[in-house]
Amino acid sequence: MLKLKNVNFKIKGDNEKEVNILRDINLTIASGSFVVITGPNGSGKSTLAKIIMGIEKVTGGQIFFEGSDITDADINERAKAGIGFAFQQPVHFKGMQVRDLLSLSVGKELDVEEACTFLSKVGLCAMDYIFRELDSRLSGGEMKRIEIAMLLARRVRLSIFDEPEAGIDLWSFQNLIQVFKRLREETQGSIVVISHQERILEIADRIIVIEDGCVVQDGSRNEVFPKLMLGVEACEFYGRSVNFEHGA
Amino acid sequence: MNTALKKLLYRILGISSTPKGAYNFRINGINEGRAEFGGIQIINKCDKPGLNIIVEPGVKGEVIHIPVLIDRSGFSDLVYNDFHIGENCDIKIIAGCGIHNDGVHATQHSGIHTFYIGKGSNVKYDEKHYGQGSGRGDKVLNPKTVIYLEEGGRMEMNSVQIEGVDETERITKAVLAEDASLITKELILTSGIQSARTDFKIELNGKNSSVSLVSRSVAKDKSKQYFYSVINGNNKCKGYSACDAIIMDQAMVKAVPDVTAKHVDAELIHEAAIGKIAGEQIIKLMSLGLSYEEAEEKIVAAFLS
Repeated sequence: MLKLKNVNFKIKGDNEKEVNILRDINLTIASGSFVVITGPNGSGKSTLAKIIMGIEKVTGGQIFFEGSDITDADINERAKAGIGFAFQQPVHFKGMQVRDLLSLSVGKELDVEEACTFLSKVGLCAMDYIFRELDSRLSGGEMKRIEIAMLLARRVRLSIFDEPEAGIDLWSFQNLIQVFKRLREETQGSIVVISHQERILEIADRIIVIEDGCVVQDGSRNEVFPKLMLGVEACEFYGRSVNFEHGA
Repeated sequence: MNTALKKLLYRILGISSTPKGAYNFRINGINEGRAEFGGIQIINKCDKPGLNIIVEPGVKGEVIHIPVLIDRSGFSDLVYNDFHIGENCDIKIIAGCGIHNDGVHATQHSGIHTFYIGKGSNVKYDEKHYGQGSGRGDKVLNPKTVIYLEEGGRMEMNSVQIEGVDETERITKAVLAEDASLITKELILTSGIQSARTDFKIELNGKNSSVSLVSRSVAKDKSKQYFYSVINGNNKCKGYSACDAIIMDQAMVKAVPDVTAKHVDAELIHEAAIGKIAGEQIIKLMSLGLSYEEAEEKIVAAFLS
């Protein structure tokens, strides 16, 4: 179980003035749940995901995971505790092969067959990729699918996907929905997905809406999803900041 | 061969005993072992230290090992090896130099290798340089490689220097005839106060000749690296030069790629990128459970693989 207690995150803006990115976030994410965090661009969704992984450190509040206070824990300590993260913009590594990174994800040297299994799950023709270097010759979409495969390979207790749909084509997106459905069925752990996508929202157990650094809606899919769809035109939802409470 | 020399041999050739096929072992300036094999002759030079290695036309699938090992502190070795590769050969040459220095004096090896590669021949050349030993004396390696590629000749040259060499000046010169191609990949790691200088000068004389020079290096501590590459496109040709370097600590890296087209159909590209390890690379590997130091080590090792 993940618990965020009064989490705040501030940065220094122009003229050294403090800017609140996240304000008094209180959340509990139960084991085994599939949670989608959504909201307008710039609302703080990705920052919240990074706060959970330890990539950004809170400026106030506490984070608990499986009963332990991980507020001051480093990224690798959180990873060892069972939190995994798929980045919105996957990182290139010159000289490192896809199989090397998958092996690091799993924590043991993978043979070709094992590595292929993980790549096949994200619709990549495994043998074409396994010895490829993770450099700029791989497209953004290919990198994204490999990034997702890495997190699937880790089998962690809390998987965080930061906008997994960004930069992938329609075919891959449809495959991604299947990946999440299967992951949901197979895993005992929790899944947190940062997303704008209606089809990902549709398969969530719970939807949390963040706006201007605050949680403005939090409830079951049946409760929140209709409000999002009925109250706000899609173009507004993606295009500018919208107060969902008013839209509902 | 003593333990130190055996270790050197293993580090540069990946073998612990006599290799199969043709070979010549040069230990502390003396030729200590030799075998000729399958159309390959190895002959001492008369006028200066070194060898003439002659490969008959049409020899395919053979491997030649030419290692140099030194464990005498203060010793300075100079050797001229000429490789005469006949037409339509397909061979592999594994060379390299290892220095073990337990003393206070500098030990140095300068290996001048000249390749005459016949028409339609394909040569793969692997060269590894390595230094070890507990002494304060420097381990200095200055390899010079000169390549003449005849029509349709091809050479792939991989050179690696990733440990223990205090000072190095590496010079590679090549002249390419029609349809000839040269591919080089260089991997260098320097640390402490080591310095490494690389100089490439390539003349693309022949129509449809091509060269690809790729250097990947990591400079740690207070080490210094200099990369110079000159490609002259004198005909319809393709040339590519790339220097990628990771800089760490208080190191210094200088890259000076230089391409000159002297023909309207010469296509020449150069790239040079120097930078520290990207923060997001460290974060990514830490998110897989690695410590900062482990992440840094993995990134460097992969970059130099």
